[in-house]
Amino acid sequence: MTESKSTNIILFSGDYDKAMAAYIIANGAAAYDHKVTVFHTFWGLNALRKDGKVEAQKGMLEKMFGKMMPRGADKMGLSNMNMAGLGPKMIKKVMKKHNTSTVPELIEMAQMQDVNLVACQMTVDLLGFKKEELLDDITYAGVAAYLGEAEDGNVSLFI
Amino acid sequence: MNVTKSIDVKGLACPMPIVQTKKAIKELQTQDVLEVVTTDAGAKADLTAWAKSQGHALLDEKEENDVFTFWIQKG
Repeated sequence: MTESKSTNIILFSGDYDKAMAAYIIANGAAAYDHKVTVFHTFWGLNALRKDGKVEAQKGMLEKMFGKMMPRGADKMGLSNMNMAGLGPKMIKKVMKKHNTSTVPELIEMAQMQDVNLVACQMTVDLLGFKKEELLDDITYAGVAAYLGEAEDGNVSLFI
Repeated sequence: MNVTKSIDVKGLACPMPIVQTKKAIKELQTQDVLEVVTTDAGAKADLTAWAKSQGHALLDEKEENDVFTFWIQKG
């Protein structure tokens, strides 16, 4: 082991299964002693939302957006076989049986492993999220911050 | 084999075995041997690749009734 390597994942999707894949890779890369960053943009930002309703100063459109999108990873749908919410229920049951970590657990573990969670500021504004609605220990950045990490990175993924 | 530490990650699914293995080996000294007991059938490929990348040696392994045991020496 010489200089530490880095893994940079862009989580664009707001699907439970895709967030799960992203966070499994993030945790695996942290176990590889990589410097790991997960950049959340667009629908992927929902993974960073706190699960309850958070009071924030918002306009009408922002409030509507907030209502239409899942509050936190646990409320996300599946990219396939969602079946109006039945799919996630079924897969969570199967996951329990197989002792698979849930996405909220994977996110917590990623934070424990010092994975850097980043919210894309531009899409945070676009979708009308306020800082108090998102997890506390995250950073806010833009495309240059991602590229700064990724240009010297070893693993780069867009999910 | 002189095992310094043993972890039981039976029943846990990917990525937990590798995350726990990494956590355990971090606390050991070079040359110490970590025993990992798992039921994850993907662990063999995972631990082999991980140990190689991290400079640890996978000394031995065995499989018994779907339980896999690995011995990894910290490098």
